[in-house]
Amino acid sequence: MNVTEQDFIALLPLLILAATAIAVMLGVAVRRSHALSASIAFAGLVISFGSIWIAAPELPRQVTPLLILDRYALFYIALLTVSSMVFILLAHGYFEKSDDDHDEMYILMLVATLGGAVLVSSSHFASLFLGLELLSVALYGMIAYPRRRPLPLEAGIKYLVLAAVSAAFLLFGMALVYGAFGTMRFDEIAAQLSRPGFDRWLVLPGMALIITGFGFKLALAPFHIWTPDVYEGAPAPVTAYVATVSKGAMFALLLRYFYKTGGHQQAPLFVVFSVIAIASMFAGNILALLQDNVKRILAYSSIAHLGYLLVAFQASGDLAPMAVGFYLVSYFVTTLGAFGIVAVLSDGGRDADLLDDYRGLFWRRPVVAAVFTAMLFSLAGIPVTVGFVGKFYLVAAGASAGLWSLVVILVVTSGIGLFYYLRIVVAIYSEASQAKAGPVIGAPAVAALIFLTAALVYLGLFPQPLLALIRGLTFG
Amino acid sequence: MILLCLIVIPLIAGGLAWAVARWSVAACRWITLLAVTADLILALVLWGSHSPAGSGTWLAEADWEWIPQAGIRFHLAVDGLSLLLLMLTFFLGVLSVLASWREITEAVGFFHFNLLWILAGIAGVFLAVDLFLFYFAWELMLVPMYFLIAIWGHENRVYAAVKFFIFTQLSGLLMLVAILALVFTHHSATGAYSFEYGDLLGTAMSSVAEMWMMLGFFVAFAVKLPAIVLHTWLPDAHTEAPTAGSVILAGLLLKTGAYGMLRFVLPLFPHASATFAPVAMILGVAGILYGALLAFGQTDLKRLVAYTSVSHLGFVLLGIFVWNPLALQGAVMTMICHGISTGALFILVGALQDRIHTREMDRMGGIWSTAPRLSGAALFFALASLGLPGLGDFVGEFLVLLGAYQQSIVIAALAAIGVLFATFYALQFVQRAFQGPNTFNWRIPDLVPREGLVMAVMIIALLWLGLYPRPVLNTFEPVMTRIEQMAPGR
Repeated sequence: MNVTEQDFIALLPLLILAATAIAVMLGVAVRRSHALSASIAFAGLVISFGSIWIAAPELPRQVTPLLILDRYALFYIALLTVSSMVFILLAHGYFEKSDDDHDEMYILMLVATLGGAVLVSSSHFASLFLGLELLSVALYGMIAYPRRRPLPLEAGIKYLVLAAVSAAFLLFGMALVYGAFGTMRFDEIAAQLSRPGFDRWLVLPGMALIITGFGFKLALAPFHIWTPDVYEGAPAPVTAYVATVSKGAMFALLLRYFYKTGGHQQAPLFVVFSVIAIASMFAGNILALLQDNVKRILAYSSIAHLGYLLVAFQASGDLAPMAVGFYLVSYFVTTLGAFGIVAVLSDGGRDADLLDDYRGLFWRRPVVAAVFTAMLFSLAGIPVTVGFVGKFYLVAAGASAGLWSLVVILVVTSGIGLFYYLRIVVAIYSEASQAKAGPVIGAPAVAALIFLTAALVYLGLFPQPLLALIRGLTFG
Repeated sequence: MILLCLIVIPLIAGGLAWAVARWSVAACRWITLLAVTADLILALVLWGSHSPAGSGTWLAEADWEWIPQAGIRFHLAVDGLSLLLLMLTFFLGVLSVLASWREITEAVGFFHFNLLWILAGIAGVFLAVDLFLFYFAWELMLVPMYFLIAIWGHENRVYAAVKFFIFTQLSGLLMLVAILALVFTHHSATGAYSFEYGDLLGTAMSSVAEMWMMLGFFVAFAVKLPAIVLHTWLPDAHTEAPTAGSVILAGLLLKTGAYGMLRFVLPLFPHASATFAPVAMILGVAGILYGALLAFGQTDLKRLVAYTSVSHLGFVLLGIFVWNPLALQGAVMTMICHGISTGALFILVGALQDRIHTREMDRMGGIWSTAPRLSGAALFFALASLGLPGLGDFVGEFLVLLGAYQQSIVIAALAAIGVLFATFYALQFVQRAFQGPNTFNWRIPDLVPREGLVMAVMIIALLWLGLYPRPVLNTFEPVMTRIEQMAPGR
């Protein structure tokens, strides 16, 4: 297999990410400076983002059997890099509050982002696994990064065990599918699946195991048990990263894999996905009601949101990829924003994750409170926010495919969801119990929050350009 | 362009008022007042310039592209019905700004921001003829209302606000599902995505599907209206809200439910509505009697007025589903007059609470001797509420009863008992709170000129609607005729 110059151009975004990780590492060898490392990482992400336009003319391009660079992949790479930039802006201020060495965080983050980028452009089980491990291994380090605090360490161990187990499931499933078809390429699997006469008793269990592996990484019920602990324990910006980049890349891959192979429309798997979707919507929303910790509430809410996404995923009409793509963007914006608020309000000692930390926030810091409210309303799907348009498209996709039971459950469970979003909102606007204003917010975090809020409102009012873009995404 | 201004002016003024409040609270109030007054004038100009005999469906329209892939347009339009309700919106808007001039002292900027955004949302509901836009506006009025109750409300405000929010949001989502079902039904029939009201009228569908979709819309509107069974949020929300919040809730938000029935439920799903009409009429009558009975049993003045709303809106629901010309006209008249009379009662109760710091009737009595102007105004609006001839409410309820009589004598008779009950609660309200000996030795200031002006304007409006309702009737008559003709079998 020859790799040509065009292949390198198409791969530019990934190559630049890898190079940036090395650059930060070398930078650390010369001089340890938090600001410098963060700046190099940020610059690398910007260049990688910019190189998408250089890579675009080469599309779609199959680079070795492993990677496919198409509009779909590039869109998600763009989403991942922008989210990583937001992460840096939030993380810089957050880690600056505690005195320790923070440079390695950015190296790990760049590697994780690279893993995500590989995932969204993989067309082969090998690259899928490669991307997944790049992402997971880097995340172990990121989650347990504040190593002197017990909670992050605990969360790190939990994530390690979970990721190892899910990888095992995934590998076993891949092995079974490979055993049935003799190939690990998605397009060849798709071709064989469309012909009758394959060994269903090898393929379906294989697919089921793969779904289990995905389910763990996406924290779908009943594979969600790890989520609240890891979300609570990880430092707030890392939580945001796990919730968005890691899950988003995984979901983009799920969509590509199953849309390409059509596997999820196989009768038994369709039922499995429906059950998972329903269980996630109920489990996420109901368990969130019982929490007093904002990070745990958001963790359960993210389980529910992934359940909503599955409804559109199941629909698989014209609207479905558009609905999924748009909802993922909306989920990224709001989740980054919500955890971003938690991050900026935290001080060096612990994260501001209790409901009590937010009591009376509106009277102390009206602007921060307004931004947080906007994020929560977007999660709840209230108009003028991007979450509303996202939820609208999910329901539309479900309705267009006639999945009425799923749609009605989506509606009912998001009604339940209102309770806990409102609990936080009520706390924010209740009378202040404490007078302390909380930590000062640095300029980078302010920039990140302004960007997210602007995106939230702009996409909520004018979803048209983004919808047109997502509509144009095609699998290579 | 005027139509867009009606929505955009309060939106911008809201932001401005919030920003300005940091430096000057007075400026914030004046900006709000000016913005709402400007909107009221615009609406009046529209009313003055329209010709009631116009042949087209809409008196004015504005139409822009919004999300073309999904067939969603930013399409605004008014006909006689929505124009009247818009005028009511801004009329009550001006009065509620005035009513909260002294009441609100905390976070004044944010309060006026919310007030203006609710008005913009309500205006959007009355103006939207694209179903996506309608849903957008429908949800938009919810959030600021939630804040209004949760931040500036009375003792039990958080509970009331959350209950209000969840009831309306959940029923709204059901409506969203119904809207989408309708759009996809239309799509499978014609091959085009459209959320346009005009396109969706007369969509062919099976009677089962029609019934389900109709119920989706009906539930959303019945929660807002409120129809009995779905009304439980209302007494809490009305009681706990600050004065301006109660006025807008009772005067306007409830009307959006009735408006939705008239604009969407009947025209979009005529057959299902006709099948469902007996149930809706029974709900209406039950609401009339239940509301009146419970109002009679209340000792909290705001709760009392809240339950009278349930009763009056029962007339509206009844009138809509009786679905003949007299009843429809009566329903709309009741909507408008109830907005004014109940709004006035809430303002009065608010003014009283401001002075004596209680809403309990047991702690009142003999207020007349110390505040005659306030008490006189209360008597006037209590009489309006019980349906005294010569005042607007009478016209509306009388027409509904007349129309219902043509449909079913039993229903009309039962509804008429509700009018009788109204006499009990209204007179009890006046007797226990204002007349009798001044046992607690209240010494309170009477209405100040600002409040007096508000009351005078509302009294004049109600008298005018009662004695010379012709111009108003003429405005919405063509719309009602169209809706009436949509009834199956006519």
